[in-house]
Amino acid sequence: MSEFVRQVKQPVKPLASRLGRLDIELTERCDNDCVHCCINLPAGDAAARAREMPTAKVKEILRQAADLGCMQVRFTGGEPLLRPDFEELYLFARRLGLKVLIFTNARHVTPALVDLLARIPPLVTIEVTVYGMHAESYEAVTRAPGSFAQFRRGVDLLLERRIPFVVKSALLPQNRAELDEFETWAATIPWMTKAPGHSMFFDLRNRRDDPEKNRLVESLRLTPEEGVAVLTRDADRYRKGMKEFGSKFMRPPGDVLFGCGAGAGLSVDAYGRAQPCMGVRAPGLTVDLAEKTLSDALDHFSTLREMRATNPEYLRRCARCFLKGLCEQCPAKSWAEHGTYDTPVEYLCDVAHAQARWLGWLKDGEKGWEVAEWRQRVEAT
Amino acid sequence: MTAASKIDVTLATICAPSEDVVAREIEGDIVIVPLVAGIGDADDELFTLNDTGKAIWKQLDGERTLGDVAKVLAQEFEAPLAELQADVLGFAGEMTTRRILAARG
Repeated sequence: MSEFVRQVKQPVKPLASRLGRLDIELTERCDNDCVHCCINLPAGDAAARAREMPTAKVKEILRQAADLGCMQVRFTGGEPLLRPDFEELYLFARRLGLKVLIFTNARHVTPALVDLLARIPPLVTIEVTVYGMHAESYEAVTRAPGSFAQFRRGVDLLLERRIPFVVKSALLPQNRAELDEFETWAATIPWMTKAPGHSMFFDLRNRRDDPEKNRLVESLRLTPEEGVAVLTRDADRYRKGMKEFGSKFMRPPGDVLFGCGAGAGLSVDAYGRAQPCMGVRAPGLTVDLAEKTLSDALDHFSTLREMRATNPEYLRRCARCFLKGLCEQCPAKSWAEHGTYDTPVEYLCDVAHAQARWLGWLKDGEKGWEVAEWRQRVEAT
Repeated sequence: MTAASKIDVTLATICAPSEDVVAREIEGDIVIVPLVAGIGDADDELFTLNDTGKAIWKQLDGERTLGDVAKVLAQEFEAPLAELQADVLGFAGEMTTRRILAARG
């Protein structure tokens, strides 16, 4: 290329855009009824559908995002392809100069959709979640008869038309025995540049709307030790990766609640409410876009970094724990589990401690907030 | 450059942004986002312009010839016309070949 033009994956100098990223949950409805899902509603839920943002509202939000310098929108759900206006919204976003990341179960990938994606590529690799390698296991998770065949047909269409996609799994008792088979198959997908990710430390319903479902989700979570066994299947690679990660990100976080970059991007739920991230559904952390703009929402969330934990238990433990970089504890998880922003989530604490013990960062019985010489231990990984 | 064949442009050619891309100006930077497949070497790539590229791009309105664009820029930057003509032709040739610019004339 000449000196005048550079071809880049991302703009060379970080553009001074106000909005770093935008996630839009086009619907909470899904035609899968996954046993572990933290958000989905039935595909035919007429009340939910009636409340969803109309096409014009989604377009207005996309236009605001582009005006704020946003370069990428993620369309997710629920199952975003359930929206009959999906292709219209996709085209609208692309014509605004947005890249579009699509999260899907691939059941509604049609010849018409792959034609569109081949002609006007999303510029971001599509992500397909896989629930099993066979109809029996897949549908034991999705509780949707016929869903496996639809998923395979969708994936085959993507492959035939060479639409870039990657796969990831939800690792559940129903499909755990297929982990190797899944990874072997995933490696045959041309765009898989690394091993697939696995969800296994499942979130509770983040609308806090279904205690019975939450009990089911809790029963499906791997134990911390089982999770470590999955993470460390390639022990050398895991240890090497964690040594590098640990040297960068392990340190006690103090009482800062949002140390995660929340507020730099925005998530919009299916009903037109902006949130600082997809996970935190607390009413106090939403801005109704029926009345406000994305710019207003960014202003509203600009003070997140000033929010401080006040829960004494959090301050005694999490604020002083060097495992914070390893632990998924955050206001969103705390909200889903306890309805507060700063209550320690014991399951996540146990998962982080199990990993730290495997890495030799902790001895049996030690806690991450009790170790003064944690830097030396991380460096000795 | 991949399979695209080079398109010749002259000082009489008129260029404008192609309908195959979306050009965005963000805080003074110009980012060219491919709309259709086959613009970049890979389908996830964007284009950014250096200062000269930006100055030329802003003049390509679908009305001026490339020769006129070079004259405008030579005056604006008080630079030799021949130098600007070479820059404009080089830029426009590359961008039309990539279908980022549409050319006529």
